[in-house]
Amino acid sequence: MKKSVLLGTLAVAGLAAGVASASTLEEVQARGALNCGVTTGLVGFAAPDANGEWDGFDVGVCRAVAAAVLGDPSAVNFVPTTGQTRFTALASGEIDMLARNTTWTFSRDVDLRFEFTGVNYYDGQGFMVPRELGVSSAMELDGATVCIQTGTTTELNLADFFASNNMSYEPVPIETNAEAQQQYLAGACDVYTTDASGLAATRATFEDPTAHVILPEIISKEPLGPLVRHGDNEWGDIVRWTLNALIAAEELGITSANVAELAAGTNNPEINRMLGSEGDLGGMMGLSSDWAVNAISAGGNYGELFERNIGENTPIGLARGLNAQWTDGGLLYSPPFR
Amino acid sequence: MNHSQPFVRTQMLEAKEPPLAEKGVVKWMRENLFSSWLNAFLTIVSILLIYWVLDHLLPWMLGGIWNADSLSQCREIRDSLYPDGRDVACWAVLSDRWHQLLFGFYPPELYWRPILTLVMFGAAISPILFNGVPRKLFILTAIAPFAAFWLLWGGSVWMPVVVALGFVIGWAVMKFASMPLGSLVATILTILLPVAYWLFLAGPLAGALDAAVPVGIEAVQTDDFGGFMLALVIGVSGIVLSLPLGIVLALGRQSDLFIINKCSVAFIEIIRGVPLIVWLFTASLLLNYFLPPGVQFDIMLRVIIMVTLFSSAYIAEVVRGGLAALPRGQYEGADSLGLNYWQSMQLIILPQALKISIPGIVSTFIGLFKDTTLVVFIGLLDPIGLSNSIRASTDWNGIYWELFIFIGLCFWIFCFSMSRYSQWLERKLHTGHR
Repeated sequence: MKKSVLLGTLAVAGLAAGVASASTLEEVQARGALNCGVTTGLVGFAAPDANGEWDGFDVGVCRAVAAAVLGDPSAVNFVPTTGQTRFTALASGEIDMLARNTTWTFSRDVDLRFEFTGVNYYDGQGFMVPRELGVSSAMELDGATVCIQTGTTTELNLADFFASNNMSYEPVPIETNAEAQQQYLAGACDVYTTDASGLAATRATFEDPTAHVILPEIISKEPLGPLVRHGDNEWGDIVRWTLNALIAAEELGITSANVAELAAGTNNPEINRMLGSEGDLGGMMGLSSDWAVNAISAGGNYGELFERNIGENTPIGLARGLNAQWTDGGLLYSPPFR
Repeated sequence: MNHSQPFVRTQMLEAKEPPLAEKGVVKWMRENLFSSWLNAFLTIVSILLIYWVLDHLLPWMLGGIWNADSLSQCREIRDSLYPDGRDVACWAVLSDRWHQLLFGFYPPELYWRPILTLVMFGAAISPILFNGVPRKLFILTAIAPFAAFWLLWGGSVWMPVVVALGFVIGWAVMKFASMPLGSLVATILTILLPVAYWLFLAGPLAGALDAAVPVGIEAVQTDDFGGFMLALVIGVSGIVLSLPLGIVLALGRQSDLFIINKCSVAFIEIIRGVPLIVWLFTASLLLNYFLPPGVQFDIMLRVIIMVTLFSSAYIAEVVRGGLAALPRGQYEGADSLGLNYWQSMQLIILPQALKISIPGIVSTFIGLFKDTTLVVFIGLLDPIGLSNSIRASTDWNGIYWELFIFIGLCFWIFCFSMSRYSQWLERKLHTGHR
């Protein structure tokens, strides 16, 4: 008797859960704010400033999606997540999307049941060594001590790289990037390895950046992108096409400065379709027709976001490299808005 | 026979000055620092070591730079101030971000609210901590938790008022129902009525009151809590809630009633046998899977509950140690006076047992307060988490020790004052059993 009551309660709870799960878009619109998972802090990608305002390259994607859905780039609750909590936070519905420089891998996509909605930064793992060691290639690193962040894909890549080249190394496990900087500068390890963007950001903070070289070898592919849960494809489409709109906007020459002017109508049909003066692309996704205008006005197109947060004029000073438009020899290639 | 003169001194001699080597600083140094060749050697080595540490540390700390916008600007200022290339601290990160380390993202124009809460908390616990304080302050003690909640989170004033009303209901039932209904029924009602009230009546009532008389202050989201404010809210709530729970668990474990005894033992052993970080992950990750989507169960509330349960298990064992240290005669004496269980506990056993347990309880509290930094692993921005976020801005990337020194100093101040208070309390309560 007692048992059946308990089971009945559970069943009712499960039923209630089934009823309560409206589509993510409806939830976000009802809440009036987007819950966006970001890092607890990564230079250039996401960090709070002195006023507590989050800023960065990944944050820009969150703001663009919030602007596209709600028309307000500041309607975002930033949820700081750690490497351990990020996937659970997304899977359990605590956050609507995750923009936390997360590498798109097979198992995360398939086994963890997430949907990567594109790539906003093509990264790759590199090595940094002090110039005085005289090392010019990663192939000369046999027997080196390597500072490595635990629990990341970089750890596995490193093991693969050294094993496949018949070299040995001694890992110095560390927890955070800040700790890695201290260990590396104190000489606890010969080499520091992490994503190339992270290496550049780290080197920029050194007293004498020229005393350290980033080796030319990139030993892994790290396509970083925003992701959503499996099972709500409409929501996935919104995040995917918001990112695509930012990329296509750069290709088509739409910037935060001229987007309002172009939204009135141009003689380029694709711009017109995207910005809503022709057709109804926004309506197909359940958004207003000026969704892309809002997304681009939020922080600018992809190139503007890049230049402001991690580009060559910032202390981090990353070149576009792989992250240039396909017309400039990069990998950014947005499907057409049609 | 008269060559032996009787001599009686009528006046005491003035005491002579002790020899130079047997008084004052010289004596103290001889006894404490240079009493043997080995000790002299160790003293000199220690002094040299201390000098070496201070010589490296003090110029770095005292020569530090307080006014700069970024680490690189700090370095420029340093190079112009000290051309000899010495290294100094860049305290400017603290002058730029101290408010974040203390308050997180709490709106700056509302900083008076957490500060007022802290002052109120101090006033509210003073009648518990000190004897000389007017007893009327206990009224404030009863109001303080609700007022603190309202001040920190803001929103409508009616929610905490309505919740507090539940306790009033419970108290009234306990006071007036035990005569006509008997104590067992009264005890059950004392628990059931308020719970039923909170579940079914409190929400609509608060809504209705708010609609009728909207009184409120600006609401602040939990996401905006951070820094030492977060550590204090979690730590203080955990401390305040875990002490009564811990005492009840300790009594439960001593109890002869089979079910109560076994439940207490199981609770204590399970909670204590698993690391706190696992409980925190449970709170932040697992609970989300069990709750239906869309149900918002505040992450901070979850953390406070877990921290409270964790530390109450430890408190229970500390208090049990105190209970076990009491001679059997005390229990028998209480029985012989005809006191019932609660009276004997309240009047005879617990006052003595708790006094014995003070050092253990306070050290559990200190541990709990420091353990609040573990929330960094579930993405809450406590001081350590914020130090990571601050380093993640391009201005301050690469800064390290300055932040940790500040955080360490703040924690030390809190923990040291707790420890001093417990020593004072021990001396005050030392009524002599030796």
